[in-house]
Amino acid sequence: MKLHPVKLLLLQLLVALVALAIWQVGATVPIGDTYLLPEFFFSKPGDVLVRVYTLFATGVIWKHLWITLSETVLAFLIGSVAGVVFGFWFARQPTVAAVFDPYVKMFNALPRVVLAPIFMLWLGLGIWSKVALGVTLVFFIVFFNVYQGVKEVSPVVLANARMMGMNERQLFRNVYWPSALSWMFSSLHTAVGFALVGAVVGEYLGSAAGLGYLIHQAEGVFDVTGVFAGMVILAAFVLVIDWAVTRIENRLLVWRPQSASEQN
Amino acid sequence: MEAALGHAAAPPPASGAAMAVELHDVSISFAMKGQPVYKAVAPTSLKVREGEFVAIVGPTGCGKSTLLNATAGLLKPAGGHVTVFGTPLSGLNAQAGYLFQQDALMPWKTALDNVAIALEIGGTRRADALAQAQEWMKKVGLGRFGDRYPHQLSGGQRKRVGLAQVLVRQPKILLMDEPFGPLDAQTRQIMGTLLLNLWALDRKAVLFVTHDLDEAIALSDRVVIMSAGPEARIIGDYPIDLDRPRDAADIRLDPRFHTLHRQIWNQLKAEVAKTYGEDLAP
Repeated sequence: MKLHPVKLLLLQLLVALVALAIWQVGATVPIGDTYLLPEFFFSKPGDVLVRVYTLFATGVIWKHLWITLSETVLAFLIGSVAGVVFGFWFARQPTVAAVFDPYVKMFNALPRVVLAPIFMLWLGLGIWSKVALGVTLVFFIVFFNVYQGVKEVSPVVLANARMMGMNERQLFRNVYWPSALSWMFSSLHTAVGFALVGAVVGEYLGSAAGLGYLIHQAEGVFDVTGVFAGMVILAAFVLVIDWAVTRIENRLLVWRPQSASEQN
Repeated sequence: MEAALGHAAAPPPASGAAMAVELHDVSISFAMKGQPVYKAVAPTSLKVREGEFVAIVGPTGCGKSTLLNATAGLLKPAGGHVTVFGTPLSGLNAQAGYLFQQDALMPWKTALDNVAIALEIGGTRRADALAQAQEWMKKVGLGRFGDRYPHQLSGGQRKRVGLAQVLVRQPKILLMDEPFGPLDAQTRQIMGTLLLNLWALDRKAVLFVTHDLDEAIALSDRVVIMSAGPEARIIGDYPIDLDRPRDAADIRLDPRFHTLHRQIWNQLKAEVAKTYGEDLAP
C-alpha cells in the first residue's frame, strides 16, 4: 500500500513531535522527586533549538560547516580517485592483486581511528589530517567496489564486445569503465558518509575548527545543550549531503533499472 | 518484407560453393579441479557452405554451444582445428557475428548506441554509425525504441536489438547460440520469421544452435543432430528441403515438415532419453 505523500510527511513529523514531547516531559516533569531525563545530562529540546538558532544567527556555525564540508569533499575526491585507480589496476593485474592481498586485508581490518594520532603527527591539526583519515575510509569502499565491478563484468557482455572486435582500450572505455562506475556509484552514499565520519572523528580528536571540534568543545565544559545542538546540525548536514548525492546518482545512473532501495 | 521475396527467387547455393566454416576433428575438453578431464565433445567434423543455414540440435548439455564457441574463437578446441573461408582460425573469428543466448547488450548504453558502437569501434564516424544503426533498428522493427535502455525493453525487443547489433557489421558468418531460448513460444516464432527475412537479404552462412527441433527444421537448410555428452558427436545430418521463403510459424503446418520432424525425432528421442536416463539414475 502506498501512502499519500502529504500523509507520509505528516506521519514523519508526528514521530519527531512525539520524540520531542517525551524528551521535554522527561526533562521538565518530575516523577516523585527525580527526573526521567535530568536536564544536566539531556538538556531540553527548547534549549537545543535556541542554541542551534543562535549558532546560525550569530554566524559562528558557517566557518565550522565550511571546514567540515571541505574536509568531507576532499577526502571523498582523493579517496575515490585512488580507489578507482587501484581498483582497476588490481582487477586487471591478478598478480599484483595476489601479492598485495594480505596487506589490503590487513589495512582494511585496522580500525581507522587508531591512525588519527599518526596523521595528526604527520599533518598537523589543520584540515589535512582529517582529510587523510577520511581518505583511508573512502579508499577501501571505492577500491573494493571498483575491483568487484571490473571483476564481475558479465562474461557474456564481455564476450559479445570482443566478438564485435573491441580492442583492450575500447573494452576499457565501453565495458570495464561503465561497469566499475556503476558499482562505485552504488556505494556513493556509503563513501560520502564515511568521508564525513573521517572528518568529524578527526576534528573530535584534535582540531581548531569544524563540527566535530564544536561538539568536543561543548562536551569539555559539560555543555550538553551545545553537544546536542552540534548533533542536530550534523544530522541536518548529512541529510543535505545525502540529498545532493541522490540527485547526482539519479543523473548518472539513468540506465539502471529502479530498484526498491533507490525509490525512497 | 518485399526485399526478402525478391531474393527468395535466387537459386540455393550450388553444392560446389566455398566453405564458410569447416570444423576438422574438433574436440572439446574441460579440465576441472580434482577431477579427470571432461571430454565434452569427441572429434567432430562439420562443414557449412557459404549461404547455408545449418542448425545443430542436441539434448541439453551435449556440448553444441561449445562447438559454436570454438567456431567463434572464444574457446580453444582440445584437438583439431577450425577453418574460416579456407583459412585456419587463430584468435577470435573476425568474419563472424555472434548472437548469444543471454542478454549481451551493454546495459549502460541506449539501444541505438548499443548498435552504433559495433560500427564505431571499427572506425566509423559517430554520425554515420548512428544513421546505419537507426536503419537496422528499423529493420528489426524497433525504429522508435532507439533511446530506450536495455532494461526498458522486453526480452524479445532486447533480442531484436542484439540481432541489429550483430548484423549492422555485415558479418559473413552468423553464429547463434539458442538465441531465442529465453523467449515465449509466440515471440520465438515471430523472431524466427524476422531472422529468416533478414537472412534472405544476403544469405550469410548461419550456424544455429538450438534444443528445439521444430525451430531447427522451420529455419534451416540442414539439421545436424548431436548425441548426448560426454564425448558428444554428430549422429545425424538431414537436409531440409522445405520451400523458401518460409514463415517460421506457418511452415509447421506443412505436411513435409511433419514427415521430416518424425524422421529426425525418432533418432533424437533415443538421445534425449539417454541424457535423462543418466540424470535420473540413482
